[in-house]
Amino acid sequence: MTTITTQQALVITGISEILQEVAGTPAEDVTPEASFAEDLDIDSLTMVEVVVAAEERFSIAIPDSEVKDLVTVADVVEFVRRVTG
Amino acid sequence: MSTTRRRVLVTGLGTVNPLGGDAPTTWSALLDGTSGAAPLTEEWAESAAVRFACRAAREPGPELGTALSRRTDRSTQFALLAAREAWRDAGGPEPDARRLGVVLASGLGGVTSLLEQHDTLNRSGPRRVSPHTVPMFMPNGPAAQVALELGARAGVHASASACASGAESIGHAVEMIRSGRADVVVAGGAEAPIHPVLFAAFANMRALSKRNDAHETASRPYDRDRDGFVMGEGAGVLVLESAEHAAARGAEGYCEVAGVGMTSDAHHIAQPEPEGRDVARAIRAALRDADAAPADVSHVNAHATSTPAGDLVELAALRAEFGPAAERLAISATKSMTGHLLGATGAVESVATVLALRDRLAPPTINIENLDPRVDLDIVRAKPRELPLGATVALNNSFGFGGHNISLAFRAV
Repeated sequence: MTTITTQQALVITGISEILQEVAGTPAEDVTPEASFAEDLDIDSLTMVEVVVAAEERFSIAIPDSEVKDLVTVADVVEFVRRVTG
Repeated sequence: MSTTRRRVLVTGLGTVNPLGGDAPTTWSALLDGTSGAAPLTEEWAESAAVRFACRAAREPGPELGTALSRRTDRSTQFALLAAREAWRDAGGPEPDARRLGVVLASGLGGVTSLLEQHDTLNRSGPRRVSPHTVPMFMPNGPAAQVALELGARAGVHASASACASGAESIGHAVEMIRSGRADVVVAGGAEAPIHPVLFAAFANMRALSKRNDAHETASRPYDRDRDGFVMGEGAGVLVLESAEHAAARGAEGYCEVAGVGMTSDAHHIAQPEPEGRDVARAIRAALRDADAAPADVSHVNAHATSTPAGDLVELAALRAEFGPAAERLAISATKSMTGHLLGATGAVESVATVLALRDRLAPPTINIENLDPRVDLDIVRAKPRELPLGATVALNNSFGFGGHNISLAFRAV
């Protein structure tokens, strides 16, 4: 079992709040394993909104070429960890 | 009338408009002579020349939810609510998806969404412009979203003809069924025009009433002192169905869309041709298409927007086309209550016309304090008017900037 660090928890909370705003997604659905497209019904256009909001929220840049690899919530958590060190 | 032509029935009605969030509520408010006008509370209205409008009686957000609301223009949201109601009202026709069409237009498209994104661009830069912007403002957005929801695959059409768009959509939907391309078509119009740019633009055309101190009596078609229309928002949707398809599932329908007449003025981009020459031709075409004589018609839901010129042109055309029989028509101007819903208006008024035939009641025209002395036909005022047995046809006329003239003939079944 993996332990969720404080930073990871903060990122998940941030994603959850973004999804709540752009798609009305309930917070309890936003688990690390959840797939944006399959589980959370986020289509490609809405994913662009999520990415732009995440860039502002976490003060990062997410290149378009990376977006296709952000399949699950955990993928975003890992991306944020990687680029913020 | 050709014996082989497919008859088209109205089997479902839906609407969201300033008088009601559904068709039954709207109809009872129309019969009660209710005004849908109210002051605008937005900050921008404080400095606007016109500071009132007919807001929709129901906000779409709660039914549609966050995700759908954020990626659709308000006009599409109204279209979805009205289409859902009409579909339920039709009893779930369950056609072959490849035989189900949508013809649903607006006059302005999702222009207010585009304007909001322009504000976002100026305020926050291009990165913040919503990726949903294009599907939100494209004029076929309402039709396409309704088709997505219903799974309609026979064809999706959105023919813009300004304030005739809703009626023209119904006309094209009838043709779609008659031609055999579809068995069921969801047809109508939607509009959400309440935005400071549009208010300034219509006001600067001198099209809007400026009775800021008397908003409820501002929309006054046929009154001597009318000074323009009152902007409204909403949608109207009809489920149209071939008589065979309806019969096969035991649906009786409200009435038949028996005739469609469409002409154009080629006169001026925003002024009606003063003689009503091509309005008369549209009415004639609708009657011929319906195989109806002037004596068959008892009621007209007039376009009558409360502008000084337009209201009289239609009456002149009715007189020209009906001759002495024009004096027996019970003419109603329901925009006196709903305001002018632009591209939705022909569809909302078709809903009213269908219900007028069902109940044999013409709704009133409110706010006529002094009838314009040039009005020489019978305007239903103050109270609803019972329609005679036997005259089973009612007309709904709609006209639009650009010189579009649409006349629809509904016949009781």
